Amino acid sequence: MSSARLEDVELMHRLGLAARSTLMTGAATGAEEIVVHGTVAVCDPMGGLYLPETQMLIVSDLHLEKGAAFARRGMMLPPYDTIATLNILSAIIDRYDPKVVVSLGDNFHDRKGSEHLSTELRLMIMAMARGRDWIWINGNHDPDGTVDLPGTCTDELLYGGLVFRHEPSLISGKGEIAGHLHPSATVRRREKSVRRACFASDGNRLVMPAFGVLAGGLDLRHQAMHGLFNRETLVAHLLGRDRIYSVRYGSLIG
Amino acid sequence: MNIVEAQSPGRDAALLPRPFLKWFGEKGWSPRAHQLELLARSTAGENMLLIAPTGAGKTLAGFLPSLTDLTRRGKIPPGSAFTGIHTLYISPLKALTVDIERNLMKPVTEMGLAVTIENRTGDTPQAKRQRQKLNPPDILLTTPEQVALLLANKEAERFFKDLKYVVLDELHSLVTSKRGHLLSLGLARIRRHAPDVRTIGLSATVSDPMDLQRWLVPQGEEPAPPAGLVHVTGGAAPNITIMNTEDRIPWSGHVSTYAIPEVYEEIKRHQTTLIFVNTRFQAELLFQTLWTINDDNLPIALHHGSLDAGQRRKVEAAMAANKLRAVVATSTLDMGIDWGDVDLVVHVGAPKGASRLAQRIGRSNHRMDEPSKAILVPANRFEVMECQAALDANYLGAQDTPPVGEGALDVLAQHVLGMACAEPFDPVELYDEITSASPYADLSWEMFERIVDFVATGGYALRSYERYAKIRKMADGRWRVSNPQIAQQYRMNLGTIVEAAELNVRLVKRNAKGTIGRGGMSLGKVEEYFLEQLVQGDTFLFAGKVLRFEGIRENECLVSNAHSLDPKIPAYAGGKFPLTTYLADQVRAMLADPDRRTALPDQVRDWLAIQLERSMLPKQDELLIETFPRGKRFFMIAYCFEGRLAHQTLGMLLTRRLERAGARPLGFVATDYSLAVWGLNDIGAMIDAGRLSLSDLFDEDMLGDDLEAWLDESYMLKRTFRNCAVISGLIERRHPGKEKTGRQVTVSTDLIYDVLRSHEPDHVLLEATRRDAASGLLDLSRLGDMLARIRGHITHRDLDRVSPLAVPIMLEIGKESVPGEAHDAVLAEAAEELIAEALS
Repeated sequence: MSSARLEDVELMHRLGLAARSTLMTGAATGAEEIVVHGTVAVCDPMGGLYLPETQMLIVSDLHLEKGAAFARRGMMLPPYDTIATLNILSAIIDRYDPKVVVSLGDNFHDRKGSEHLSTELRLMIMAMARGRDWIWINGNHDPDGTVDLPGTCTDELLYGGLVFRHEPSLISGKGEIAGHLHPSATVRRREKSVRRACFASDGNRLVMPAFGVLAGGLDLRHQAMHGLFNRETLVAHLLGRDRIYSVRYGSLIG
Repeated sequence: MNIVEAQSPGRDAALLPRPFLKWFGEKGWSPRAHQLELLARSTAGENMLLIAPTGAGKTLAGFLPSLTDLTRRGKIPPGSAFTGIHTLYISPLKALTVDIERNLMKPVTEMGLAVTIENRTGDTPQAKRQRQKLNPPDILLTTPEQVALLLANKEAERFFKDLKYVVLDELHSLVTSKRGHLLSLGLARIRRHAPDVRTIGLSATVSDPMDLQRWLVPQGEEPAPPAGLVHVTGGAAPNITIMNTEDRIPWSGHVSTYAIPEVYEEIKRHQTTLIFVNTRFQAELLFQTLWTINDDNLPIALHHGSLDAGQRRKVEAAMAANKLRAVVATSTLDMGIDWGDVDLVVHVGAPKGASRLAQRIGRSNHRMDEPSKAILVPANRFEVMECQAALDANYLGAQDTPPVGEGALDVLAQHVLGMACAEPFDPVELYDEITSASPYADLSWEMFERIVDFVATGGYALRSYERYAKIRKMADGRWRVSNPQIAQQYRMNLGTIVEAAELNVRLVKRNAKGTIGRGGMSLGKVEEYFLEQLVQGDTFLFAGKVLRFEGIRENECLVSNAHSLDPKIPAYAGGKFPLTTYLADQVRAMLADPDRRTALPDQVRDWLAIQLERSMLPKQDELLIETFPRGKRFFMIAYCFEGRLAHQTLGMLLTRRLERAGARPLGFVATDYSLAVWGLNDIGAMIDAGRLSLSDLFDEDMLGDDLEAWLDESYMLKRTFRNCAVISGLIERRHPGKEKTGRQVTVSTDLIYDVLRSHEPDHVLLEATRRDAASGLLDLSRLGDMLARIRGHITHRDLDRVSPLAVPIMLEIGKESVPGEAHDAVLAEAAEELIAEALS
């Protein structure tokens, strides 16, 4: 696997989202309700998963401070990715007003990310966390947890009959909500193809799309996804501009 | 000042040291007048430009001043103080430096001169490069990238201080590219180390020699006098013809398959034929078709930039040894290497530029006094006119090489970092040095400061990266690199050639079960974007074979033999040149002037005659617009003749305007000659009823807001941005093979571009991208010139059906998909399928 492919996905519409997100409070439109291991889950086109029964909002792979992580290594990427991602996060929190927010790992792009976060951005996260529980699941990019931020850091969470972890388990996927893989999918019609980040679920487990604007995506047909899903029932829920588009695995192209 | 070839033995003795006179005498040769003039003027201290056709002894001329000076100097006694290089020879091709070393060593050895000559390229072993720094040769043969590397070194001054001559080969091709920009900046730095250095430029014929004469000397507030010019004309006029065919000349297309049997006959009639085409795809197709009719089993080879380097070297060696009867090649063979005894050049497809044609023809018969022989094979009827125009230009000596152009900002950023790696720089001094390079003569101080800021911390308004700065200002105002890793990073990322992300193509076998084996032959490289549109089982043409796409494994594209002759995915276009302005003018003139049309073949004349009957032929400065219905669509054809790139931009902008005017446009297609737009509403009727004004539609103001609005949404700039991001050092290059170690960090430039556009649209790298695109991909200046030219000269013909002149572009529709943005509509339709499935 060339590492570039992992990042290669069109996400301009996510930035458009960041710009529009302050206007998008209110009821969810175009969200898609599915069932994962007996639990009702709402896939939101902004890239978060809402569980109405437990009033939980799940987001994954925020990769905050990715620009800064690169700058530390001499590549001065634009420093605007964190604010763009947080704007979308703020909008989806306003939309659902959840009791619990779970960020499913790779919350920051590297170990130093949360420590060096600017005060302004730190305050923004604090404002979002006010009045609710916040859980940071540790990811492979940020295994040490967060520094000076509200909430609890943990490797894994069991709650309401579901298990939340960063990397999908290879042993059993029953009731698992995971991230890490940044699934995206491509559909083609009349010589035009569109690739978008997606929720991927076979009804048993669900892998979240990456929420961060600079996070990129990996095709659902990639071999890294092999063995995780029952392809007969696997559906990709693609993030459209204002709604989710659900496409059966067999109808995707690679 | 044109020097006619003549003997002038009187001057020889004074100019040439004894070994040279003896050598010329032994060979029975005498130095040519231009060689002596260049020697005399260069020795007297002038910077010089030599323009000469191939076979005129250009290389020897370029080195004579240096060789005679070195001979007079004599060998440096052992134990002397360190002496830096005496002469620097720079060529655009690695292969050329090797070639020149061989060609130069011969006379040097024969004359018994005590001169050391070495080359230094990316292939030179590290130990030898190290040794060259400690113990430099007299003459170093190298490439622009190596010059930049040497200059970014702490030892640069020591290495270059004794430099007397810089010889720049193939200068015409170097100066118009970003490599040329980098080299011009390097030259400015060299002058600081060696103020008395003299430049000698060697060039093929160009449209404006003064551009190059200025390029060779320092510019700035008090520019030096332009380099002296020695222009060798003459040589026998080439014998060029347009292939006369019994067959029908196709209406459209680019592949000239109709003429292949005739091309084959020509190959049989000649010793060695060089067949030039414009794109890799044409090369592949032509090669494959030639072999299907190669009943005599003639050795015919293929040579293009995507092929495996090993395979290319084999072809080159076979060619030099005269073992081949024909080679099908793209521009990779354009430049100055000797190709054995080529006695025929066939150019398939129109040459797109008069100077390009002249240079390609120059490949045949490397002796100046014999006429070169060339045959042009137009691929379609418009190309017949274009070939005729190029042929006329060749006899007139008309030239249409591109101008030198303004220095690119990404290259400047790279250079600034390099200079900080060499030693701390004073910004004012560096600015003066940079503006002494002709491509950067007009660089403003403000832009220079922005570039320095960009190099230091990315140049963002949000100043959050100060603590990670790559270069830092010291107390005395000079800038230095922050740490040695930055210099290391600079060296890894140096250069201006950004390879499109490419994957190796490996031929594997499918066994009976349909599984794919391991191993197999490597066929070359293809761009990743091409593979992205393929699905397993798709077939395409590559390396002369029809291949079946099997998938991507790690960094390789696996393919198997397709056992079919008909590839499913036709387009593997790479490097399509747009028609030059000069040839476009000539084609327009030909359409407008009945006398000039008499030279055209009957088929083409008849075609134009019917056009004249059914519609009209535009005058030279007139823009003809035809509208007609066909099927359920209404078409509008604009005959602009401004090249494909400009037409594509125009098409994007016109569809926006037509949308607003309520014409409901659906798509467009652009060729080098015209643009077709189609829609659901009757555009012709709208124009006739006065509901749509053509002069408003084609108003120059489209290059204002409409262009901005389009760029906002377009993905077209992303590729340009990627190049700028790599060259400027914003992101690191991908080094093939190192991706897997995990040390190599990659990030999608598309995402960076999006983030930057939405948060800092005035960022200097976006500015650099827009400038690049304006001159390159979008060809804005040309579009602007055309819109100004046609103002008040638009003629509309509303027809009841397609006109003869419109047929070629109508045939292109459907072949080429319109670049446009993907929409949610595609997603919706895919989702509908699932719903339909669920309901059934």
